[in-house]
Amino acid sequence: MTTTALRTGLQRGLIELRQSFTTVQDLWGYLFPTVVFLVVMTLMKGSTIPGTTFSRGSMTLPSLIGASIGFNALTNTMQQLTLEREDGTLLRAKALPHGMTGYLIGKITTISGMTLAGIVLLIVPGLFLFDGLEIDAMTWVTLVWVLVLGLVATLPIGAVLGSLFENPRTMGVIMLPMMGLVATSGIFFPLSELPSWMQGLAQVFPLYWLGLGMRSAFLPDALAAVEIGGSWRVWETLGVLGAWSIAGLVLAPVVLRRMARRESGSSVAARREKALQRVPG
Amino acid sequence: MTTFGQVAVRPPHPPADRPALEVRDLRMRYGSHDVLKGVSFSAAPGEVLALLGPNGAGKTTTIEILEGFRARSAGEVDVLGTDPASGDEAWRSRLGIVLQSWRDHRKWRVRELLAHFGAHYTAYRQPWDVDELIDTVGLTPHAHKRAGQLSGGQRRRLDVAIGIVGRPELLFLDEPTAGFDPEARREFHDLVHRLADESDTTILLTTHDLDEAEKLADRILVLAGGVIIADGSAEALSLRMSTTAEVRWTRDGQRYVHATAAATAFVRELFAQYGDEIEDLEVRRADLEDTYMALLRTFEGSA
Repeated sequence: MTTTALRTGLQRGLIELRQSFTTVQDLWGYLFPTVVFLVVMTLMKGSTIPGTTFSRGSMTLPSLIGASIGFNALTNTMQQLTLEREDGTLLRAKALPHGMTGYLIGKITTISGMTLAGIVLLIVPGLFLFDGLEIDAMTWVTLVWVLVLGLVATLPIGAVLGSLFENPRTMGVIMLPMMGLVATSGIFFPLSELPSWMQGLAQVFPLYWLGLGMRSAFLPDALAAVEIGGSWRVWETLGVLGAWSIAGLVLAPVVLRRMARRESGSSVAARREKALQRVPG
Repeated sequence: MTTFGQVAVRPPHPPADRPALEVRDLRMRYGSHDVLKGVSFSAAPGEVLALLGPNGAGKTTTIEILEGFRARSAGEVDVLGTDPASGDEAWRSRLGIVLQSWRDHRKWRVRELLAHFGAHYTAYRQPWDVDELIDTVGLTPHAHKRAGQLSGGQRRRLDVAIGIVGRPELLFLDEPTAGFDPEARREFHDLVHRLADESDTTILLTTHDLDEAEKLADRILVLAGGVIIADGSAEALSLRMSTTAEVRWTRDGQRYVHATAAATAFVRELFAQYGDEIEDLEVRRADLEDTYMALLRTFEGSA
């Protein structure tokens, strides 16, 4: 019977992905940040990493690839869950046999696909625009494990946060610190340029490690020298991302189940009333 | 609608071994506020029940408990042989729920959405053929539109289609025709008759439209103040309330109206007195609305 959930979930995910890739608004959402990032990185090409002759632009590309995995997976999951709880999508799932499990499998598929599309859009033009990257078979092996572990570490956390927020319009509370975290996670400049307390804080969260993991995939090994500890710290990356994964996978089912239990026609109607009061018409 | 008006007469239901729905002394309390104070009723398989009552009487709460979406405070509930509080996925597959939609699945196309929802039931039984279902609810010209592009009435038909795609044994309809125009309402009523008669679906609906309740339901339940204050067919209810009938006639070109509890005796008297002078005679029994208002007044008077 769980095959029903798996089959319908994958179907839902693929349909939603197709919808996402054929909706102007969504396409804009993929392309706009990509173009901005590519322009920013191009402007950084002239500047070099202190102590090396390596271009900051080329260093930022893999960092951004890593950070965008965590950022997109977490914020998209959070956003979609809150929105789809408000508009009644979740209640529809609840009314179907295996609907909730199917919905979640669908969401994981959709978000993973969207995240993958986001990094492909960075990688493909990036490889042509930036010099000094070292691409071999290991690049892709590392990319795959960092991507998969990154999704597992951040997507369930997004689901937990999405379950806690009733109102999609209060999500700025999470988005702002998330932006701050991107700025201080060694994405646009090496972490070693930050005060040590900030370095410590950034290393608690997955974004720094995702960036580091992708740098280890795309950059020459010599550049590990400018990282903390002068190494790519693969085991530490596995450890921190693994810890977030375990926390998310333990926490998410509990929180999601509690959230789903509370969904009913009247709770959706109450949120609809509130939303209609906010937005006339 | 493909089969219009072919089901005017409803055959009597055979006595069933087990009711599709049975509620005994259902209670629901929020904090110190009692919403349901001991609700009891049952529905035989294939029966159509309308739940009427003023706003805040507990209609939605009752339905949500039966759907398994809400935990009750006390009482016994049996829905298709299962307590909804512990209903599994196989049980869920036998229920149909018509939800009030707002803007969910806006990007999904009608046909795609119904096919996707239908796929959830294939492990249990053959769901409706998607094109047939779309035709039945009258959405064929809109099958490839996105749900977000449908009008309010079309969206509501889609809600109904989603509710029945898994061929449910028991269907819940919470104010199904709110926002329908008269034609759409008429078509919807035909569809409900077909479901009840051809598929023997048990239906529980809430509505504010008394005319609709009278047309659709075998039995009407009136919920007020957290209890069922009346349970019976529209005729039975009006007899129970022994409300007055209205007699209208014309004599010498003049129109007369008289309200009486004993219409037959009054009309006999009228003819005895005036004979052939009486024209355009009309006797109108209390309709469901009169009965309903009388019930509520009696209830409020005693409460």
